[in-house]
Amino acid sequence: MSTKLRILVPVKRVIDYAVKPRVKSDRTGVETSGVKHSLNPFDELSIEEAVRLRERKSPVEEIVAVSAGPAKCADTLRTAMAMGADRSIHVDVPEDKALEPLGVAKLLKAIAEKEKSNLIILGKQAIDDDSGQTGQMLAGLLNWPQATQACKVSIENDTVTVEREVDGGAETLKAKLPMIITTDLRLNEPRYASLPNIMKAKKKKLEKKSLGDYGVDGNPRLKTVKVEEPPVRQGGGKVEDVDGMIAKLKELGAI
Amino acid sequence: MLPIARQSALRAIRAQSNPRPLLTPSQSSSLARLLSTLAILEQRDGKLNTGSLGAVTAGTKLGGPVHGFVAGKAAKTVAQDAAKIQGLEKVIAVENEAYERGLPENWAPLLAENIKKGGYTHVIAAHSAFGKSLLPRVAALLDVQQISDVMKIESEDTFVRPIYAGNAILTVQSTDPTKLLTVRQTSFAPAETEGGSASVEDGVDPKVASPTEWVSENLAKSDRPELASAERVVSGGRGLKSKEEFERLIPPLADALGAAIGASRAAVDSGFADNSLQVGQTGKNVAPQLYLAAGISGAIQHLAGMKDSKVIACINKDPDAPIFQVADVGLVGDLFEKVPELTEKLKAQS
Repeated sequence: MSTKLRILVPVKRVIDYAVKPRVKSDRTGVETSGVKHSLNPFDELSIEEAVRLRERKSPVEEIVAVSAGPAKCADTLRTAMAMGADRSIHVDVPEDKALEPLGVAKLLKAIAEKEKSNLIILGKQAIDDDSGQTGQMLAGLLNWPQATQACKVSIENDTVTVEREVDGGAETLKAKLPMIITTDLRLNEPRYASLPNIMKAKKKKLEKKSLGDYGVDGNPRLKTVKVEEPPVRQGGGKVEDVDGMIAKLKELGAI
Repeated sequence: MLPIARQSALRAIRAQSNPRPLLTPSQSSSLARLLSTLAILEQRDGKLNTGSLGAVTAGTKLGGPVHGFVAGKAAKTVAQDAAKIQGLEKVIAVENEAYERGLPENWAPLLAENIKKGGYTHVIAAHSAFGKSLLPRVAALLDVQQISDVMKIESEDTFVRPIYAGNAILTVQSTDPTKLLTVRQTSFAPAETEGGSASVEDGVDPKVASPTEWVSENLAKSDRPELASAERVVSGGRGLKSKEEFERLIPPLADALGAAIGASRAAVDSGFADNSLQVGQTGKNVAPQLYLAAGISGAIQHLAGMKDSKVIACINKDPDAPIFQVADVGLVGDLFEKVPELTEKLKAQS
């Protein structure tokens, strides 16, 4: 008798990957107002994988998407539902009090316990803060097995086999549910939400919650001292031909 | 004798207090001299992985004593080698086959116990696949907000790291009693592996069983220098058009330069090159003396992984490609002509 999968997919609303972020002039952060936001690319892979598990006839009972952030996260969750999540939970967190990965992990632990999730698929990192911590922290808090940077997932009965990206290649791990998986880019190719599915997603349930509902304080441990532009690199200009290139590389001491 | 006695007395005091309120934020600066660091060393088949030795370098920048930590099947043998690393005062070794594969499920409790026992104020691992997978789990067990991919240590509680694919540089101050860091390998050179004389000590082994089983691995074998630490890197992108062309053009050029091979995400996604060769925000960070990009446009995500290279050269047929904005030497031209020509001319010179 195989276990019914109750999948939790945490998603994050981030500045779109194609936008070059601009540092605010007061050096307190990156300009986010009036900038295009999207679903974090790694989280798209998580939803896609959850939906594919269902399509591969794994016994998926439910796919729940969750996001913690300001009101606009609801759009992100609608996208997740248009891609195939069944319902979603939006935990309202003001933009200026954004949670750190540890806070998110504590929140997700509470949600996973309440929703009785047995498989949590997260992106390996959010492309804004680039921490790459939440999945592992959550696995630690729940004391569940973890497989990070997954490029292939297969589930048979309650055994999960994951191929994961490591330095120099890949390795394969096996564990029993419940489990935490974080996604890497090679895992799948996320689908586009079709218009009918976008329309349907509007009717799907989106619950509004607060941090207090889950008993999480969300106090930060890190203080931002400053955010700066990286040093600008000056292009050294172009050379005419291969000989010019070799001469310039020699001049620069690179060869 | 005196300093040693003083240090051990301090350590004894620290060991008595709870690990959690070890240092409250207000105390931390006045107690800065009490800091001590645990550097996580990676090993593979009984050999130290030099890629992880940046953790020791970062530890020595903090000022206090630095201890190394090794675990695995032949940990004691590895510890003898690790004892020669410059900058280490002590090496903690836990010999147990259970830790051989670096599974975070049993490594996290192992480290948490040893961190508590040693009363460390700082724990540092390399920002490698192992460090990235393990340290956040340890952080959760210790209730600490870890800091990833640290490029610079400003002080014992203030660290610099890239965000938004390196498009912004964040300086953060940690209020946690124990600071857990993964450090960028290209920002902290590996510590010297000769000349040190650390003592070797057994660590505690909580013997927590891992629910995860390691099944197999498939590592790309290569005689070339390792990508992350290579002096020179030749990287190919979508412009190479196929796996055949990638393999026809890039390896000979890399050979001519004694370089490692890298690739853009586009090249990896199209199957031209193995994923482990990907350079960028979601792949490897490299900072070689020379980075030569062929057929790579220079998307934000790619630049994130290579723009700290000393000299950047590129060959691209599109004169407006963003890569030219960061390249020290740019050649506009068809890479199918220019790369073989460059390879031949470099060979002729050597």
